[in-house]
Amino acid sequence: MRENRQRVRYAAVFAALIAALGVVAALNVGVGSVSISAREILGVILRRGGEGVQAGIIWQIRLPRLIMAAILGGALSLSGFLLQTFFGNPIAGPFVLGISSGAKLTVALTMILVLERVRVVSSWALVAAAFAGSLLCVGFILLLSRRLRHMATLLVAGIMIGYICSAATDFVITFASESDIVNLRGWSLGSFSGMSWERVGVAAAITAASLLAAFLLSKPMGAYQLGEAYARSLGVNIRAFRTALILLSSLLSACVTAFAGPISFVGIAVPHLVKRCLNTSRPLVVIPASFLGGAVFCAACDLIARTAFAPTELNISTVTSVFGAPVVIAMMLRRQKER
Amino acid sequence: MTTCSVRARGLAVGYDGAPVLSDISFDIGRGEIVTLIGPNGAGKSTILKSIARQLRLIAGTVEIDGRSLAGLSAQDIARRMAVVLTERARPELMTCRDVVAMGRYPYTGRLGILSREDEAQVAAAMAAVRAQELAERDFNAVSDGQRQRVLLARALCQQPEIIVLDEPTSFLDVRHKLELLGILRRMAREEDITVVMSLHEIDLAQKISDRIICVRGDTVVRCGAPDEVFTEAGIRALYSLEQGSYDPAFGGVELPRIEGAPRVFVLSSCGTGIPVYRRLQRQGMPFAAGVLYENDTDCHLARRLAVEVVTERPFCELSESACARARILMESAARVIDAGVTIGDANRRMLELIETAKALGTYERVTG
Repeated sequence: MRENRQRVRYAAVFAALIAALGVVAALNVGVGSVSISAREILGVILRRGGEGVQAGIIWQIRLPRLIMAAILGGALSLSGFLLQTFFGNPIAGPFVLGISSGAKLTVALTMILVLERVRVVSSWALVAAAFAGSLLCVGFILLLSRRLRHMATLLVAGIMIGYICSAATDFVITFASESDIVNLRGWSLGSFSGMSWERVGVAAAITAASLLAAFLLSKPMGAYQLGEAYARSLGVNIRAFRTALILLSSLLSACVTAFAGPISFVGIAVPHLVKRCLNTSRPLVVIPASFLGGAVFCAACDLIARTAFAPTELNISTVTSVFGAPVVIAMMLRRQKER
Repeated sequence: MTTCSVRARGLAVGYDGAPVLSDISFDIGRGEIVTLIGPNGAGKSTILKSIARQLRLIAGTVEIDGRSLAGLSAQDIARRMAVVLTERARPELMTCRDVVAMGRYPYTGRLGILSREDEAQVAAAMAAVRAQELAERDFNAVSDGQRQRVLLARALCQQPEIIVLDEPTSFLDVRHKLELLGILRRMAREEDITVVMSLHEIDLAQKISDRIICVRGDTVVRCGAPDEVFTEAGIRALYSLEQGSYDPAFGGVELPRIEGAPRVFVLSSCGTGIPVYRRLQRQGMPFAAGVLYENDTDCHLARRLAVEVVTERPFCELSESACARARILMESAARVIDAGVTIGDANRRMLELIETAKALGTYERVTG
């Protein structure tokens, strides 16, 4: 009977997340400095574009931005969950471990170096650069984790790496003079603005593949939650599994950073809230729910970022921090109490 | 012994390629309980982890049912061997049932979704360790004893032929220790599951095991039935006992006797002296005891705790020499404690000794 109750709970959480995503999506498309009627919006979407300023706003600006926020939010949240599983600690995440900042640095360097020669950098190149940066930082963190047995010190190390990479990025950006590079400043603080359909396509492809791969890893992930030794005794190939986890989480967070810059707290706060709502940490349900949750969270935060002080736009991290940081603090207090 | 379940030949085990122990060979029969004993840090866990493939073997082979571990797939091994480790698992938001269900891992499909058969196995495993009422509890919120039972159920769920347990009784109180070992005994006897474990409690090891493997220094020093291994000299050597003593009959250990000229003489029989000996031991008072028949439990303990014991062969009349020696000891003692002596035909002379003590004015009668 309890199993059934749990199943009802899963269904309720998924239904709520999907409904929330629908509402947030509708608001995102409908709300903005130019008001457009629901009918027109529907028309534009059904026609996949159309003539006129309003159609342009919907099809070229709001819709890709919404979809990107949702996809990247999901990716970020999933990346956080994978890292938390890897380190066996709910405070791990791409931002605190410095992985996002590593990606930021390599993306900034790539943009500056490449833009000197050609006008545009392809999305794939950006993701590749971000992936390289992520892996570099993860590799460093893993090297440190052999020496630093305590998760707390490891997190501090991650935060320090993050600061170093951010400082390096700022330095590079400050001394770059090209007008295109000035745009980097906005990106380096995190933003979903200026998304093209081409970028949406790339992000969707990478994220969908990673989501599927993560979902297929949910069985060994469940075993790994019991600890490495038990997982090994159950037949999990630990080395391959850990490698897969790291590659997937790095790829996901690289994809986010390449397109939207570093975004804080989503990777920790969303999986935590989702697990609490589902009352389980079973990866089979937490993976899709985290993805949906991240999508809702980021889309909602982006809505706030762009409308709260319109026409001025906030950085996305400003908003995610406001909502995410208290969740993380509450979580740490709770853990302290449970000890 | 039935068929051979685990066969180890020439094992060298250790960390990062550096052997801690080497040249280890033993055979374990199907359905046997085999316990590794030895001092702290002797490498019991290292051997168990190596058998359970948590550590890479540096040399040698381990066979299960005649098939080398190296030749079996991870899944095949997981279906044959389960483990209960000292590693403290602290999974987030997992019920005890979730933890037990993880034991079905080698049997479930790609996504690890449980079938009806799996659910039935989970329920059966929880019933076997009497943990049904824990099913919905958060694994992190149960007591140590409950946790071990749940982990054991998880291992059972794997339907293994062999269960490897690393110090399963550590942190458990005596009730939970006995419960856990009782379950292991039943599993071995009824399900023919081979149990390989390490224990710190040599008294329990002696009582539960079919065979004992003694680990010390850089190899297995002894391997045999409990009555061969649990001798006073054997245990003294294995653990380098310098103080106190080990009693192979009951598996108990005693603190070292209080040395010195005996200041108390204890008269007793049939176990009445035991609480008195223990009290004097705690007070740091050297004492002598007598006259005790050699088959008296008092004599058994007095030989470990008293400075001197005056004894007599069982069922014989007390000899004059024994009584004389007792008198001498009484006269030099400051107190004579009578803990209660059962008088029969053969030991009637004990009454004379009591009279002597009363005449000395140092006689005390203590009861119960």
